[in-house]
Amino acid sequence: MIILNEIYKKYSTPSGEITALNNINLRVSPGEIFGIIGKSGAGKSTLIRCVNLLEKPTSGQVIVAGEELTSLSPSELRNARRKIGMIFQHFNLLTSRTVYDNIALPLELCGYSRQQIKENIMPLLDLTGLMDKINHFPAQLSGGQKQRVAIARALASQPKVLLSDEATSALDPETTHKILDLLKNIRDTLKLTILLITHEMSVIKACCDRVAILQHGELIEENEVGEFFAHPKTPIAKKFIASSLTHTLPDAIRSKVLAFEQPDTHPVWRLRFIEKTATQPIVSQLINQFNLRINILQANVDYIKNHPLGIMIIAVAGDTSKIQAGMLYLQNLGVQLEVIGYVPNNIISFA
Amino acid sequence: MSQTTLFLLLNASLATIYMVFISSILATIVGLPLGILLYITRKGNILEQKSIYQILAAIVNVGRSIPFIILMIAVIPFTRLIVGTSIGMNAAIVPLSLAAMPFIARVVENALLEVNRGLIEAATAMGATSWQIIIKVLIPESLPGIINGLTLTVISLIGFSAMAGAVGGGGLGDLAIRYGYHRFDVSMMLMTIIIMVVFVQLIQWIGDRMVHKFSHHKR
Repeated sequence: MIILNEIYKKYSTPSGEITALNNINLRVSPGEIFGIIGKSGAGKSTLIRCVNLLEKPTSGQVIVAGEELTSLSPSELRNARRKIGMIFQHFNLLTSRTVYDNIALPLELCGYSRQQIKENIMPLLDLTGLMDKINHFPAQLSGGQKQRVAIARALASQPKVLLSDEATSALDPETTHKILDLLKNIRDTLKLTILLITHEMSVIKACCDRVAILQHGELIEENEVGEFFAHPKTPIAKKFIASSLTHTLPDAIRSKVLAFEQPDTHPVWRLRFIEKTATQPIVSQLINQFNLRINILQANVDYIKNHPLGIMIIAVAGDTSKIQAGMLYLQNLGVQLEVIGYVPNNIISFA
Repeated sequence: MSQTTLFLLLNASLATIYMVFISSILATIVGLPLGILLYITRKGNILEQKSIYQILAAIVNVGRSIPFIILMIAVIPFTRLIVGTSIGMNAAIVPLSLAAMPFIARVVENALLEVNRGLIEAATAMGATSWQIIIKVLIPESLPGIINGLTLTVISLIGFSAMAGAVGGGGLGDLAIRYGYHRFDVSMMLMTIIIMVVFVQLIQWIGDRMVHKFSHHKR
């Protein structure tokens, strides 16, 4: 549905030429939610703007829905853009128009009559849950509501493709979740193809089918999301996954954790299961096989495309040699083990 | 107050209103498109045209840098060409309009610069033509700023029109000079000042009301 062929984007600045996008090749299939993740400055925004030619690539081909946008005349390009919806981090709603009139704008641009506009946008107001807000102005809405309006507006001209430029980055986690659910919902009901960019792993985890990592203007890793989490190839992919699994202890316990081992303390381990180990009964193994006592301080297992992905923080008590053996056992299983400190035994009970 | 005084004041007030009103409209007809043209041809905007922008900007700057009292005299041949005379209300409208045009152009350009660029990007992504962006996005979004600027211009024109009165343009300025200054008629001077203050207050009030009506930001 979206094909990018050998896209380069170069800027010339007084201090020399900057390559913002370096040989980008990308294929997004129909009906797919494709996520591109990268840190700020990686070129994500430039990349997504190249898809509808808000940024003209220095060289390369952009093909959307079978049409090569890079070869179109300005008026043909305008027509093609009407079939590509786009939503933005800061919503970009017209402050002078009501919710209804904002959603009507793309249809006005196509020259629809008032009646046709109404017929087209009523179902969208329903889909996005904005029916009771049609006469409000954007200034009267919350961030989540504004993004709903922007989504409805992007869908008004019945596009085949939706581009999402950090659409949830300005929203709180709960609202983010609702917006991502809405995106999944419209993909399913309208059979839309969605390309989104984000710097948050949680967005990829929550709604994408496939993911690619953009670093320094290059796509360095691309995979189906479950596989990506199970077998990250590049260090940056591993870093992104680890960052999405960072769980910290409650303050009450964390403040008691010592950095170095002392008499009468127990080690605290952070275990990450990103390989196929999350299904193994490792806690009972540690207890039975190594005679260790385990106190689970925190545990969380996520399921990404039915693939378990977990993190656990445990305090361990037992013979020093057995603790060492237990560590080795876990590491052999492919569990990422990290000793984050030691707790005095009067803090945590193993009784 | 005698009936003659009242008559003089009323007549002069109407003359001022007439001059300011007509020249405001003429200046807006030219200044508004000029301001839009300045904005869209500016670097990084929808119809970037460096040379056109520079030429327009130069004309506007020249126009704005000539003091009104000098402009008024300098354009007398042009005024004669258009109105047939250089004296009277209609003759005053020519320099008043000319003085306000570049002012309005800059005010409009500045109001447009305040429009969030994200909105233009969103409209471009929707497949809007440049004309549609101007009509459906730029003007509605900057309307409060434009009205503010126009209010400012009209108020300046009241001041300028008084100056025009000094060289035979008629209106309240003319009255203030002839009676208040040359004949030491303090009460007449005071009355003209009061009327002008009322005019300015009234225009500002109307302008503020309109800005309020068209502004849908949080308030």
